[in-house]
Amino acid sequence: MIDRRLVQNFDWGLIGITLAISLLGIMTLYSAVTAGKSIPNEAIYLKQIVWYCIGFGAMICSFLFNYKALDRWAIAIYCLIVFLLLLVPFLGKYAGGSKRWLMVGPVSFQPSEFAKLAVIIILARYYSRAASSKGLSFRDLFAPFLLSITPFILIVLQPDLGTAMMIFLIAASISLFVKIERKAFIYLMSGGAVTIPLVWFFLKDYQKQRILTFLNPGHDPLGAGYHIIQSKIAIGSGMISGKGFLKGTQSALSFLPEQHTDFIFSVFAEEWGFIGSLVLLLLLFMLVVWGLKITYGCRDTFGTVLSFGITAMLSWEVIVNIGMAMGLMPVVGVTLPFISYGGSSIVATMISIGILLNISMRRFLFE
Amino acid sequence: MTFLQTTMRKSIRTTDSEWFRLRLSVVMTLVTAAFVVLFLRLFYLQVLEGEEFRRLSENNCVRLLTIQPQRGFVFDRNGALLVDNRPSFNLSIIPKDAKPVESVIDILSRYLNVPAEELMAKVRNIKGTSSFRPVLLKQDIGRDALALIEAHKYELPGISVDVQPRRYYLHRQSAAHLIGYLSEINSSELKGGKYPEYKPGDFVGKFGIEREFEKYIKGKRGGRQVEVNAAGQVVRVLENINSEPGNNIYLTIDQRLQSKAEELLKDKAGAVVAMEPSSGQILAMASSPAFDPNEFVCGLTHDEWKDLISQPARPMGNKAVKGEYPPASTYKIVTAIAALEEKVIDVNTSFYCPGYIKHGNREFRCWKKGGHGSVNVVRALAESCDVFFYNVGQRLDIDKLAWYAKSCGLGAPTGIGLEQESEGLIPSAIWKKKRFGSPWSSGETLSAVIGQGYNLVTPVQMLVLTSAIANGGKRVKPYVMKRIETPGGQNILNGETEIVGNLPVSQSTLNIVKKGLWEVVNTDYGTARIARPGGGIEISGKTGTAQIIGRRGNETSYERKLPDHFKPHAWFVSYAPSSDPKIAISVIIEHGEHGSSAAGPIARELVKCYLNPEAVVDDNGPDTKVVSDAVNDEY
Repeated sequence: MIDRRLVQNFDWGLIGITLAISLLGIMTLYSAVTAGKSIPNEAIYLKQIVWYCIGFGAMICSFLFNYKALDRWAIAIYCLIVFLLLLVPFLGKYAGGSKRWLMVGPVSFQPSEFAKLAVIIILARYYSRAASSKGLSFRDLFAPFLLSITPFILIVLQPDLGTAMMIFLIAASISLFVKIERKAFIYLMSGGAVTIPLVWFFLKDYQKQRILTFLNPGHDPLGAGYHIIQSKIAIGSGMISGKGFLKGTQSALSFLPEQHTDFIFSVFAEEWGFIGSLVLLLLLFMLVVWGLKITYGCRDTFGTVLSFGITAMLSWEVIVNIGMAMGLMPVVGVTLPFISYGGSSIVATMISIGILLNISMRRFLFE
Repeated sequence: MTFLQTTMRKSIRTTDSEWFRLRLSVVMTLVTAAFVVLFLRLFYLQVLEGEEFRRLSENNCVRLLTIQPQRGFVFDRNGALLVDNRPSFNLSIIPKDAKPVESVIDILSRYLNVPAEELMAKVRNIKGTSSFRPVLLKQDIGRDALALIEAHKYELPGISVDVQPRRYYLHRQSAAHLIGYLSEINSSELKGGKYPEYKPGDFVGKFGIEREFEKYIKGKRGGRQVEVNAAGQVVRVLENINSEPGNNIYLTIDQRLQSKAEELLKDKAGAVVAMEPSSGQILAMASSPAFDPNEFVCGLTHDEWKDLISQPARPMGNKAVKGEYPPASTYKIVTAIAALEEKVIDVNTSFYCPGYIKHGNREFRCWKKGGHGSVNVVRALAESCDVFFYNVGQRLDIDKLAWYAKSCGLGAPTGIGLEQESEGLIPSAIWKKKRFGSPWSSGETLSAVIGQGYNLVTPVQMLVLTSAIANGGKRVKPYVMKRIETPGGQNILNGETEIVGNLPVSQSTLNIVKKGLWEVVNTDYGTARIARPGGGIEISGKTGTAQIIGRRGNETSYERKLPDHFKPHAWFVSYAPSSDPKIAISVIIEHGEHGSSAAGPIARELVKCYLNPEAVVDDNGPDTKVVSDAVNDEY
């Protein structure tokens, strides 16, 4: 039985923004894999369309039930994801220097993409019980810390620094949003000041190199610094109106590394110029604002934290990915939601949108 | 009651929501700020700098050039330069800019005197990667070719000549095995994962010091992003990172002594190693014949390489650490220690030597046909009497002897830190059972006590043993790196003396052995009278003549005319001055026949050279620029 109010309150705006961004995403990917290539890799682009379809299906599934059920399922979902992450080192597929993918029949997927959502859901469950107007004490933060650090470490070991960093940023944003006691906050800050040098010690050489390159782009003009300058040339050369669809030259000549995943924004910006990029940026901004609007309208703590967490995830991904392509951030492997190639990323993002829709359409329902 | 609870919970929720809403406005501000930053950056890149980036993208004119670092210099212990870098002009082509590639290659092949196909093959090899990356055509093209190319620059689009430092070994073959060489990294090394930062065309240390200390001396590569015009010529440098020179390394060797050792080894096959007995610093390490490392830097052809590794005298092997030889009579030092410590004999025990001994139904001969008469242990060492030690062997268990040999550092690498160090071999009953499946026979012990049979040692192992006798019983680990310092002169690593164990000897045993070794050189009946340097310096040592084929019947090797490659190896291990040793030397001459005549004089000359440099006429020409004051400082 679907309540009539649910249909009335359906968030068409969010669906509209999502569809618009997805459409731009498919076009950009098409260009990235075909333009100027003697052997266009159309398989990538067709696969991505299939993933979009699956993603939309998953999105619909994600708003059919009442999101409050997620509160009950949170532990099960979290345990399942941690279990899958634990499987990765043993059964995972090795590609490009890391083990991130699990194979299910012919399909490979990345548990780490879903780990972000699992962490958001479990933290929403925890904070909906622990939150108080006083703020979280140091002891209150212990459980969320463990809950976030477990997938974080498993993902760092894959190694996938970008996704691990996302988990950290999401967990930190949610915790700050829920409010932390002043004393606990100071403890954490000083703790962080001690830990960061330790983390540095454990980073792989190429990861250190990337951070150093970011801090001083001249550091390695032949390696990571090369990616940044090529990405900047691609974006900058788009100028105001862009070179036109399929007319990008930087991407066509394969100057850009990882152009259909991490550097997809450069491909887009080169072809659509400042005007196109502005439209994309505005759409992404609207998406984030929409998410915050849903958080604002939500009446229960679980839904509030959940929708905030999802919005935080989307904003961090957008800001870090685009910032990286424009040379504002270190080169870390973070996907641009809806646009980068990658089935797991698309499906996870679509599920997130589904949950946002779910919370949005049930905002007027009271128990 | 229930109602009250519900109301309370609701009120908390409402305050929570209010609280969240307040925070949301903060979040909204932050998110907006972040997007404004992204917007401004976009505006900067596409609108303000757009034209510049468009230009860069249209010509596809950003090229990457590598600036190779200056590799660290190598000096000897006194600061004399051994390995330098010289400029080398390398010719590269960027296939995209060289239009048409064929005609450019054609012209180049004439200037360089290299077949066009060979050059073309290099360009084709690189296909698959970007055609904007420079392809190295020829390294070190020489000044004539350089002049031609520079003069015809405009007919040669896409060609670039860059100057890179190239390794230059000043003394060519001298200390070649110790210093080693470097050459271009090969594809299996690139794939192996041991050299993650290297690129094709990079040079990497392959042997000796160049290899062992690669990470210290290699330096850090720099790079340059340049903008080129349509012909591939550099118009502007966009970004420039200078390379950082590698650290300089000071070896423990004394180049003057090293050259002397090599001069003495000339036209012979063998090795000489010398070290300071107290510290373990290697003073000279020569292996003959040697190779010229400069040839490796220039790249050997396949045939040249095959020729080098197939020569019977093995020029590529460092005989000082890799060569395994029967220790022969030098091993009597170990046997004497074992016998004295096991109380099989004491200093007064004498055996009569009639020139042979009967053991079972076999006759074991002494090297001296008439025999030595009645000798004690000191005299037996001095005269190298085999029969005395056969008698000891009849009273000593092979496993006990093996334990003493191993405790003296034989049968295991010394840890000098050079690749390919051999272990040697000290046989025991268990070893033989494992290796051949048959039990040890007592006759084999008799071969073992005089260092024949299965025993194998390396010259550097014998050097460590000799040094230990000289320094009072301490086995020091030999080392070759004195210190490493940054180009700025700051010390970052010091070679340090490391005592790895003690000889299994009491002071009295040590004194007896030392007396024996002293008598070897300094008495009229000693076997190495020839090694006396004179000038008030006394040497102690032990000769050895390592049989390659067994003695037959009644004859000794003296009486037989053997073909060269069956002649025995000649050993002489020694230290000097006898009373306060400053240098220990181990010499082996392959097929040199007699330890005394072939190896002894080499040690003598080296001792003279090291302890009394003023007395030796420096005939090595300008190669050895040693300030004698500096040498004097060492002792």
